[in-house]
Amino acid sequence: MTGLWIVLAAVGVAVAFGGYRYVTDGRAKRERPSRQRQLRADQLGADLGTGATLVQFSAPVCGPCRTTHRLLETLTADDPTVIHVDIDAETRLDLVSEFGITRTPTVLLLDRDGTVRHRIVGPARRPDVLDALGQVTGSAAA
Amino acid sequence: MSVAQPASAVSLVDPRSPRFGAAITSVVLIATLLLGPTWGSPLLVLQTLAFAAGSLLGLPFQPYGWVFRTWVRPRLGPPAELEDARPPRFAQTVGLVFALAGLAGAILTLPVLFYVAVGFALVAALLNAVFDFCLGCELYLLVARLRGTAPAPAQEGRAAS
Repeated sequence: MTGLWIVLAAVGVAVAFGGYRYVTDGRAKRERPSRQRQLRADQLGADLGTGATLVQFSAPVCGPCRTTHRLLETLTADDPTVIHVDIDAETRLDLVSEFGITRTPTVLLLDRDGTVRHRIVGPARRPDVLDALGQVTGSAAA
Repeated sequence: MSVAQPASAVSLVDPRSPRFGAAITSVVLIATLLLGPTWGSPLLVLQTLAFAAGSLLGLPFQPYGWVFRTWVRPRLGPPAELEDARPPRFAQTVGLVFALAGLAGAILTLPVLFYVAVGFALVAALLNAVFDFCLGCELYLLVARLRGTAPAPAQEGRAAS
């Protein structure tokens, strides 16, 4: 009898958690102004884009990181002002803790000054990336 | 530009195979839980061996993967694309840890340990089967952070371990 309750509980947890993630994953969330930090080019070890930079945190055991990598490469391919940097999170635990990265893939969208403006946790969704990029590059020009 | 993902030859897997395996795993674990620590143990032993084969030897040795390749895949046709085998292999390792904990619970007559460990393994298997959930994405960084809690490296590049 105990086993039946455990099975029901496990199914409930899996459906609730998986459903929540299915709905919320990959959305671009604006970083609150009070929490916005700067990621400098020397910290990153790569040049920042003159319009925006997408910093992706990946892991070798992360399948969706590949999908996100391909999407961001496609989206940045024809815009030289936007740069995509893919980091193996384990090699940069300093950035992981400084920017509160909890899982992969996580993408930080930096404006041209390197300030984190948006954060995408989970496999990035194309419209969300485009929308966030539009906001950052649009406002950065002002 | 890509800093991650070394270009070394990685083994690939049909992404439908681990998902199919997770569905079988879910059924086996549900049966294990319904049968309880005593009568469910033989099933749990089989599942532990399946996890161990996938984790320690690699996905080609995972019995459910073999079933998929032999019986299911010929009916489905080739996959749209192949996937890196490391994420599903990591998931097998996580499953192995939970299954071993569950077996320990059965052997040491600690039913709470049995139910909790197998219950967690079932949650993970269901998430994988139903939502194509990536367990490695959640746990890998957590483990890496726990291991590498040393102060941030002064030099740019590899973190000191």
